[in-house]
Amino acid sequence: MTYNAPDSTGHFGPYGGQFVPETLIPALDELRAAYAELAGDASFQDELSSMLRDYVGRPTALTYASRLTEAFGGARIYLKREDLCHTGAHKINNTAGQILLARRMGKRRIIAETGAGQHGVATATVCARFGMPCVVYMGAEDMERQELNVLRMRLLGAEVRPATSGSRTLKDATNEAIRDWVTNVRDTFYIIGSVVGPHPYPMMVRDFHAIIGQETSRQLQEQVGRDAPDVLLACVGGGSNAIGLFYPFLDRDDVRCIGVEASGEGLGGRHAATLTLGEPGVLHGALSYLLQNAEGQVELAHSISAGLDYPGVGPEHAFLKDSGRVTYVSATDEEAVRALEQVSELEGIIPALETAHAFARLPDIAAGMSSSELIVVNCSGRGDKDMGTISQYIQERDQ
Amino acid sequence: MNDRLARAIRRSAPDPALGMFLTCGFPSPGETLGLMHAMEEGGADFIELGMPFSDPLAEGGPIQRSSARALAAGMTMQRTLQTAAAFRQTSTLPVVLMGYANPVMRYGLGNFFAACHSSGVDGIILPDVPVEEADPFLEEASRQDVNLIFLVSPLTPEARLRRIDSLSSGFVYAVSVAGVTGAELPDPDDVVRYVAAARHATKANPLLVGFGIRTREDVLRYAAVSDGCIVGSELVREIERAESESRSVKERVRQFVHMLKHGV
Repeated sequence: MTYNAPDSTGHFGPYGGQFVPETLIPALDELRAAYAELAGDASFQDELSSMLRDYVGRPTALTYASRLTEAFGGARIYLKREDLCHTGAHKINNTAGQILLARRMGKRRIIAETGAGQHGVATATVCARFGMPCVVYMGAEDMERQELNVLRMRLLGAEVRPATSGSRTLKDATNEAIRDWVTNVRDTFYIIGSVVGPHPYPMMVRDFHAIIGQETSRQLQEQVGRDAPDVLLACVGGGSNAIGLFYPFLDRDDVRCIGVEASGEGLGGRHAATLTLGEPGVLHGALSYLLQNAEGQVELAHSISAGLDYPGVGPEHAFLKDSGRVTYVSATDEEAVRALEQVSELEGIIPALETAHAFARLPDIAAGMSSSELIVVNCSGRGDKDMGTISQYIQERDQ
Repeated sequence: MNDRLARAIRRSAPDPALGMFLTCGFPSPGETLGLMHAMEEGGADFIELGMPFSDPLAEGGPIQRSSARALAAGMTMQRTLQTAAAFRQTSTLPVVLMGYANPVMRYGLGNFFAACHSSGVDGIILPDVPVEEADPFLEEASRQDVNLIFLVSPLTPEARLRRIDSLSSGFVYAVSVAGVTGAELPDPDDVVRYVAAARHATKANPLLVGFGIRTREDVLRYAAVSDGCIVGSELVREIERAESESRSVKERVRQFVHMLKHGV
């Protein structure tokens, strides 16, 4: 079968769509038309390729993880090194694509939301590169937790506006960004940071990240003479790095895809395992799985990783879960920190806390496979930004 | 076809029709019903009762605050519907529920519209359900004879406005500016021009104007080129002011609505 979601109205099966105020519909129509035109435009694609090569630093390496492979005694493990991208995570693949689109559309002002600050930094970076004014909405609570990224954004010339409503985290920052967009839609481009939001964002952000999977296929061919691994493994918050890795392989029945959500304190406590424990609902412009109470009010997520601390998830993941094409599991705060320590010691790579959730499920999966089989883990970001959080966590744990 | 709402709007002429918005459960769940009666006494032609939601992305600060307070006080969909039903026991004034897709979908579309019908609710406004996503809502609304009211904005092209008008019932809600509720209206002349054009293109329904309307002067200005106005955020601010001055909220609401409707 050929995988061809979403349909022309932006639905992945029943999920996705455009649940937004009327004022935004003409802007989404304009964006959809511009994206459809530029996706097939050679000069746009050349401009994007050059920026990814000369500024972002692509292609990123595919690294054979020999000591992790040895430690788990099963499949051979490869790491797709998105942590080596400029700004330290995969997020910039998408902000590079969207800012070029914004420029072609003649938009003069950029807004974004951010949770941990990685998408905010990646947006502020490309805005600095092109001299465009940038406003980043960030939950007031996240601004305290991720002070360094706030400083980075300000150094890059962005204005960081605290979201003080609701839970004062990513969900509320997204509400504020949407309210700004509704108000300034004529000249403002909203760079959404994950495969969430109204159509065409989930599709467009996925397409900009698909280079992760495309490079992986080519690099595996060069290194081991196969164009696909047996298993792909990635963490899922909104789900952008995971879909970027999975998407080019979704037609391949011989490739298993596994997404790892954050189960925080555990599935019985505070968590962010939206696909595992949520139910279908509408938030931020799309129907997807959602953490919500019996009244349909959105519940607060929890994860040690601010980037996974979101009560929603991209609609394509909801569709891939229901269809069974992708398997979704979860990892706790504790498991993620242990995995981060292990990967640091064995491979000399300190992954981001988000990424560490994928590594946390790696031992069980790899050990059950043979040494002739391959796993690719999306090493979606580096952990420098998390040093404060990790230091505090380890001190409390090891007391 | 339920036409209580459209009739109430048309009956108001030549005076401007006035819809008053209040979040159910604000300032407290026990006060809402009394305030609905106060709005009726003040001269409201219909009441728009807000169904509180945790993430009201079309709302500015005042309605966000009222929604958060209502939820913190334990407001639920069931209690909102009960409040509407209790009001219907003693009044024939049209009632419209306004809120967001998720709590309605969670309640179940079939259950929700059936409950609206049996509670005497005349119409529903869901600002995050544009016509693109409206089919299942339209089907249940029609089955239960409840109006589904769509919004248009200054950015809505005319062909799209005609389509929205053809799917809407009760009235068409013209958002005064690209923005959120309670927004500043920087150029009233722009708003007047847009509303007049939208009114001209709207054939099947009355057209009412909302977002950022605060004073009697605003009401007269925009009602002159439409079928009436809706006021919400400024009512929240009035209630907050009355609370901070330890005045009677109910009397303040009655006076404020009377001023908007009659100018005294």
